[in-house]
Amino acid sequence: MSAAIEIPYNSVERPDTGLYNAKLGIWLFLASEVMLFGALFSSYVLLRTGAETWEHGAEILSVPLGTINTLVLIASSVTMVFSYASLQAGNFARFRMFLGMTLVCAVIFMVIKGFEYKAKFEHGFLPSTSTYMALYFTMTALHALHVIGGVIVNGYLWGPGSKMWLTDPQRFTNRVEVAGLYWHFVDLVWIFLFPTLYLLPGK
Amino acid sequence: MSAHTPEAVQKQVRIYRTVGAVLIVGTVITVLAANVHLGIIVGIIVALIIATVKGSLVAGYFMHLFSEKKLIYMVLALTAAVVVVLAGLLVFSYGDQQGHRHGIFQMPERHVQPHHETAAPAPAPEKGSHVP
Repeated sequence: MSAAIEIPYNSVERPDTGLYNAKLGIWLFLASEVMLFGALFSSYVLLRTGAETWEHGAEILSVPLGTINTLVLIASSVTMVFSYASLQAGNFARFRMFLGMTLVCAVIFMVIKGFEYKAKFEHGFLPSTSTYMALYFTMTALHALHVIGGVIVNGYLWGPGSKMWLTDPQRFTNRVEVAGLYWHFVDLVWIFLFPTLYLLPGK
Repeated sequence: MSAHTPEAVQKQVRIYRTVGAVLIVGTVITVLAANVHLGIIVGIIVALIIATVKGSLVAGYFMHLFSEKKLIYMVLALTAAVVVVLAGLLVFSYGDQQGHRHGIFQMPERHVQPHHETAAPAPAPEKGSHVP
């Protein structure tokens, strides 16, 4: 005989914390992500400070492409939060439209990043070229992996996962909020990566 | 379950739209500022200030941190403290590697050697010895 155990506080908030489970969970995960990227940014500072010379990103990387990618990610964050607001307003069709736009923005970001990587490889700029290039590839590739992770989760919520809207709309709205928190964090990291790698002057 | 009236959602959407516009303007300002020759230090400070303002807007409005529960603030405060401590340790370790004898990680004099003293001079080859 098996008894189904229902995990509490998936839809409603715990009275003591005021948070539902997934929200506390995603913030704890984001805390670990802050430490991960914090370690990489600290490495950047340490390696740059210790280097005798440092490349000016604008002379190696394409600032116009980096700027477009920044704008694309900001647009994706706006559409993500619009999709969440649409669910709060009970408008599922608008939710799907905005989440679909978020996915399109993510794909555009990855395509542009792919063109940038291709250009770098063709010009002989590899991670082994210099400390700066090693950091560029490490940090942007890790960020790109996060974008891919976001695409998978958002794609699931846009497609098969959206069935939950019919059975448990509040829990589905919570899921979209959690996915949104992750997505905004990915945008937040890029907001710091872009000036750090593309714009800061060399020495 | 929190109540979301249509008016409240509309108000939120207006805020999101405004924040999005500010973020786009901030990005343009970041790129324009990078083209002004401000020098290394000022250039870095300006770029990081703009990025911090943009990041605060994303965290504050899109991630709702301006109206979040106390437990989330506690988690983030602990995270920030750990990051600052670990980054601080890196800075101090860098200072030690450079032979800076100050700060809380002060090293004994005998352990701090300039680079040119650490490398032992290569022995001169003996006269008549065969070097393959």
